[in-house]
Amino acid sequence: MTDLPLIGDYATPSTELSGARVGVVTFPGTLDDRDAARAVRLAGGEAVSLWHADTELPDVDAIVIPGGFSYGDYLRAGAISRFAPLMDKIVDAANSDAKLPVLGICNGFQVLTESHLLPGSMIKNDHLKFICRDQVLRVENNSTAWTNQYESGQEITIVLKNQDGQYVADEKTLDELEGEGRVAFRYVGWNPNGSRRDIAGITNAAGNVVGLMPHPEHAVEAGYGPDHTGTDGLGFFTSVLTTLVGGTK
Amino acid sequence: MPRIVVDVMPKPEILDPQGKAIVGALPRLGFDAFSGVRQGKRFELNVDGEVTDAVLQQAREAAETLLSNPVIEDVVNVQVVED
Repeated sequence: MTDLPLIGDYATPSTELSGARVGVVTFPGTLDDRDAARAVRLAGGEAVSLWHADTELPDVDAIVIPGGFSYGDYLRAGAISRFAPLMDKIVDAANSDAKLPVLGICNGFQVLTESHLLPGSMIKNDHLKFICRDQVLRVENNSTAWTNQYESGQEITIVLKNQDGQYVADEKTLDELEGEGRVAFRYVGWNPNGSRRDIAGITNAAGNVVGLMPHPEHAVEAGYGPDHTGTDGLGFFTSVLTTLVGGTK
Repeated sequence: MPRIVVDVMPKPEILDPQGKAIVGALPRLGFDAFSGVRQGKRFELNVDGEVTDAVLQQAREAAETLLSNPVIEDVVNVQVVED
């Protein structure tokens, strides 16, 4: 299935990788799976819908765990989703020698921390309010599977929308993340939720698993992104497609 | 029917935004004796039959794996309550 952009021309994505299959997981309560699938297609990939209760992981080259309120955020955000049958398969594939690229966005990031694929956790925003805004981030690590099409230090503007977005971890873990260059994104200008050390997103040591609170999939199409023009999020999806053909910057 | 009560609290070093909001609201209602509030969770696990050591052990494991996240929370109490 091909999506024609509503505005703008992505008919010739920079990667031209029509064969890459990117799975997009849907849990009960997921909201942004359609947008994530659309972002994959606009970047030039093929989006494959995956259902949380599936017991087998089909043949996919990468996975996006999108945002929303899986299981209503009951217990803790991501806590119940983490035990979905498909998540076991995703955790195994992410940790395998093949290092399946996995991106967790917002609630997907929360699922990845609950799954222990990424360290730390998210608690309620320090100001206790749901927040929705265009947010500037700095790309701190552009060597991951999901960030290699950005420049190091590049500032991008994408949508932030969450209630439980305050990233927390103990000081030792935070020092390790900093020391190993595993802080992938930092909030710029204003820390919107009290996250430790302004952390907006992190990566695992291998660089195949990345999680962040803001939403790149909502900034992939001119006319609908931040400021109605922004497409700064598209780089996540072109990055992974580039990774899949062994390309580098 | 016996129940197993599990209490989970945010770790002391983790800021508890909800507790902070509550402590701010208390004096507005005239409750001026309290300098801090931390909000936790109480789970009640119903058991059909006797609470054996094995059942209690299951409750402890469930408390550590599903009911709490050790990164941000501590299980502070696992207790059998007979009605």
